[in-house]
Amino acid sequence: MLQLDDIHKSYATGSEVEIEVLHGINLQLRRGEFAALIGPSGSGKSTLLNLIGLLDRASRGRLLIDGQETGSLDDSALTRLRGSRIGFVFQHHHLIPAFTALENVMMPMLVERGRPDDEMRERAATLLEQVGLSAQAGNKANQMSGGQQQRVAIARALAMRPSLVLADEPTGNLDTKSADSVFALMREVNVAHQTTFLIVTHDARLAARCDRIIELVDGQIVSDKSPV
Amino acid sequence: MTPWLPFEWIAATRFLREGRAQSLLIIVGVGVGVSVIVFMSALLSGLQSNLVRRTLTSQSHIVLLPQEEIARPLRDATLGPLLQKQAQRLRSIDQWQQIRSHLSQMPEIAAVSPSAAGPAFAVRGDANKSVTLIGIEPEHYVRIIALNEKIVTGQLLLSAGEAVIGIELARDLGAGVGDKFSITTSNGATDTLIITGLFDLGNKGVNQRNVYVGLRSAQTLLDLVGGVSSIDLSLHDIYTAESMALRITRETGLQADSWIKTNAQFFTALNSQRISSNIIRFFIGLSVAFGIASVLVVSVVQRSKEIGILRAMGATRGQMLRIFLLQGGIVGLLGSFLGSTLAWFFLAAWRTLAVNPDGTPLFMITVEPWLFAISAGGASLVGILAALIPARRAARLDPVVAIRG
Repeated sequence: MLQLDDIHKSYATGSEVEIEVLHGINLQLRRGEFAALIGPSGSGKSTLLNLIGLLDRASRGRLLIDGQETGSLDDSALTRLRGSRIGFVFQHHHLIPAFTALENVMMPMLVERGRPDDEMRERAATLLEQVGLSAQAGNKANQMSGGQQQRVAIARALAMRPSLVLADEPTGNLDTKSADSVFALMREVNVAHQTTFLIVTHDARLAARCDRIIELVDGQIVSDKSPV
Repeated sequence: MTPWLPFEWIAATRFLREGRAQSLLIIVGVGVGVSVIVFMSALLSGLQSNLVRRTLTSQSHIVLLPQEEIARPLRDATLGPLLQKQAQRLRSIDQWQQIRSHLSQMPEIAAVSPSAAGPAFAVRGDANKSVTLIGIEPEHYVRIIALNEKIVTGQLLLSAGEAVIGIELARDLGAGVGDKFSITTSNGATDTLIITGLFDLGNKGVNQRNVYVGLRSAQTLLDLVGGVSSIDLSLHDIYTAESMALRITRETGLQADSWIKTNAQFFTALNSQRISSNIIRFFIGLSVAFGIASVLVVSVVQRSKEIGILRAMGATRGQMLRIFLLQGGIVGLLGSFLGSTLAWFFLAAWRTLAVNPDGTPLFMITVEPWLFAISAGGASLVGILAALIPARRAARLDPVVAIRG
């Protein structure tokens, strides 16, 4: 469902100097895969995630999502594709503080359809139930613990029934217990809906529990294997 | 979340509500600005209309007079002796009935009233006063100058042999309503008139000088049978008087004097007052706009992460732009409501504080509803315009950079 062919990404720093961060990435993710992306800081993990998440464009190479070439799409088409196919979970959860947990989960649907309706409210309530937070539906972000906020963020990432969820260190700010439960939740969703997950993590313990570990060093994939 | 509201409205109002202190401060700021504009406008238009009303109580907006007579030499004037200017005799306006019906059809003109006026003497006993005898058709004339409202004793009755005079002249003649006096014009015609009413037009000269009679009586006395010496006009928009006067001169060949020309200094004063108040209003509007813009710029910086998240979730640049434009518009609108309320209280306070020693108001302030409507519309527009720069910043924000913070 995701295919990267010879992806390069460089940034202009200053006048004419360009720094290449990714040097020819080739990667395929199949539907329902649960993959970890690991590597030292500065290896290009976040850059790669942003490219896959269509938040940024590659300098060279082809990126296909569900068979669709994305290089030729304009900004608004990319935005639409991103909204409908890809869910994001960030390290700092990034709930919107002006809205309640339920409204945050509704947000991707609201952004797409323009006006709130009962169907999206029900879907958001169902998702909150799945992540075990029905009781917190009316709470704002600052009334919930870090683990709870991250669960809301996962529910939000699933709102549009995306085929791919990108998680950037989703457990980075959580204690072990919360981290375990958040991880378990993602695994559950993965199994139940065959949603593809790509998880950036520094936590070797969590990476070991994924189906596949992709290691990125200095902008190149150095290993791509199943955990032993 | 209100079900029927669009996403942009929901987000804009939530963002405003969340930044409560900030939103409140800027709304109060806008409110103070709007209140000053509304208060000043109401005060100024009250003052001006009061001044204009006082000036125009005894004047028509435009007076039409026959063209001056000029001597036409039979030979080439350069060869002959000096050309002496001709003395102007009292003349009738040529074809005045046609001119009158033509003017009555112009949509800009509210009323047309012909009159025959000339010098005369009012005599009663030993008193002999020089006056201006004015023959009018009362039903038309009152639409130019509200003489009927200015009668202090008696009534405005102008049948043959009846006259209405000013209170000062009545005092000079020692006469009252029902008394008689005799009038003599320069060509020797004489008549005896009964005083049916006394007027006070608020101008001593006019109260001393004007003697109103029926048009026919004046025509006979002034030897202008069937003719009129001037036509008075009133306009719907008094400020178009000068351009209308020029147009009428062009169309009829008559000399047209507008109140603007005959009160040139007064009009200049009014105009400069209006210009200076417009300048003040403009700068208040500008500072309100800067206030709104600065608050929203800060808000965009504060919310850059949220903007990035919304963009990552599929919100378009257009949606982000509209969210911030709406915030500007809402701040402007709420500020204008607050400002209108404040202005209303200021005006109420003005009415009770600014009074003459006898308790009557210094002048009437009329607060027109459109002033509030315009200020609401204007403030919202200023808010939206002020939000333009911050909104564009929000729309252009790169989600990658925004989320990374």
